[in-house]
Amino acid sequence: MRGAFLYLIFAVSLGLGLSQPTLAEEIVAQFNQTRVSITTNFEGSQIVVYGAIKRESPAPKNKKNHVIITLEGPSSTVVVRRKDRVMGIWANNAELGFEQAPSFYAIMSTAPLAKVIDEATDRLYHITIPRAIRASTQNRDSEQTTEFTDALIRVRTSEGNYVQSEYGLRLLQDTLFQGKIDLPANITEGAYRVRIFITRDGQVIDSQFREIDVRRVGLERWFFNLAHEQPLIYGILALFLAIFFGWGASALFRYIRP
Amino acid sequence: MQLFLPIAEVSVNAFLLLGIGGVVGFLSGMFGVGGGFLITPLLFFIGIPPAVAVATGANQVVASSVSGVMAQMRRRGVDFSMGLVLLLGGMMGSGLGIWVFALMTAAGQIDLFVQLAYVLFLGLVGLLMLQEAVRTMLRNRGGKAPIRRSHVHTWVHRLPFKIKFRISGLYISVLPPLVIGALVGFLSAVMGVGGGFIMVPAMIYLLGMPTKVVIGTSLFQIIFVTAFTTLMHAISSQSVDIMLAVLLILGGVIGAQFGAKVGLRLKAEQLRGLLAVLVLAVAIKIALDLLLAPDELYSVTKGIGL
Repeated sequence: MRGAFLYLIFAVSLGLGLSQPTLAEEIVAQFNQTRVSITTNFEGSQIVVYGAIKRESPAPKNKKNHVIITLEGPSSTVVVRRKDRVMGIWANNAELGFEQAPSFYAIMSTAPLAKVIDEATDRLYHITIPRAIRASTQNRDSEQTTEFTDALIRVRTSEGNYVQSEYGLRLLQDTLFQGKIDLPANITEGAYRVRIFITRDGQVIDSQFREIDVRRVGLERWFFNLAHEQPLIYGILALFLAIFFGWGASALFRYIRP
Repeated sequence: MQLFLPIAEVSVNAFLLLGIGGVVGFLSGMFGVGGGFLITPLLFFIGIPPAVAVATGANQVVASSVSGVMAQMRRRGVDFSMGLVLLLGGMMGSGLGIWVFALMTAAGQIDLFVQLAYVLFLGLVGLLMLQEAVRTMLRNRGGKAPIRRSHVHTWVHRLPFKIKFRISGLYISVLPPLVIGALVGFLSAVMGVGGGFIMVPAMIYLLGMPTKVVIGTSLFQIIFVTAFTTLMHAISSQSVDIMLAVLLILGGVIGAQFGAKVGLRLKAEQLRGLLAVLVLAVAIKIALDLLLAPDELYSVTKGIGL
């Protein structure tokens, strides 16, 4: 925390003091961690983003700047299924595949997203949650696509994997911002992409993309690799442990009370 | 103490898992069953993905059966030749079950299939056991001794390929044990259970085996069938979670020892009556999940990572 705070001071002084002749406004940002380790006792983690808007000239009056931060986990194809009552029992009936849906997606902004970005910007950068998900191109029924997209977002939101927090960010003095994103415990490993946008009038003025590496370590890593790379040996290990404990307990208790 | 399970990819409390293992172990020690039919639904309930719950449940049954068979071998309660025949059928059934499991998973119907299997088999076996236990209790109260003939000749005894099973004192065809073994192996792969709750009544009523070798022989063959199932799941779907299994097993083997002590104090028909109620309760709980409207109609299944 302290290191990050020092960095923030440094970043702000950089933003205010030095000037570079490229862009009018630029993002300077730093995270509290760029590597998250999934250990055996992993209970989730928190990503803190510190940042500032660096300018050479004063910000234009009566135009408000906004900041958006997104954190996106590795994507995969997903299938969403709907249960219906079939012959008296609730069974999966209809389904829709999605070509790409992030395993985790958090978005925070300084104001409601509808105010911060316009439709065209969202389409270009895939910022809002519905835009970050891509339904299968084979499906042309737009009504059904909407229904299943809403369901996907609802399910993942209730699991804590899709998070949207409008006003989750505050922009101090039109310059400084800080955002906190909680990573849940049931996280998928991989490269997490962080995007920071500054917008004005619904348009992106500057953006910055970074990556956070989320990885299993230690025993977690070892079991996962063994299970996928040497499944036969992994299976034999599982059986060996089961037989060992089963036999061991029986022998131990016979020894304790003859 | 939270623990992140490497294969299930969920974080659960380690003491909760030890507790589940312990309670199920206690019941399995008391009733002399593997307890897979309790472990697997409980794992669904705490949010373990169904595929991992079934595969890991099978692994846990290996441990509890090994523990149980040691005691049975000491009192000569295992008919190895019968066990081998049942095992041969079991391997075939398990292989078929693994195949159906993969097919149903791809079709998105695995949850329903597993739930229906639970309701059907637990419901049926629970009702039969309850009826039998109640009848025995009523008869004992009436003071009349039960009349039971040791060798009842049925259609089972007219089938070809007869073999002598010395320890069971039987001379019967290998076909019925093969079929029973295959059915139990199939259920083991699909439901993540050992299948003792089907195997034991089938051995007594269909094969006419003497009660003293039934539990040992069933445990003996269940070890191999569930071991085979565990291995097949580990290879075909990488869904066995060793960390989860070890915690369940640790709780289970300790609980089983205490359960066995309590079991000795109860009468056989009381035990069977209680077990029947437990089995029926699980069946009814799962049936209700199928019949009542769920809170969330939609479910999300992850595909292949891109």
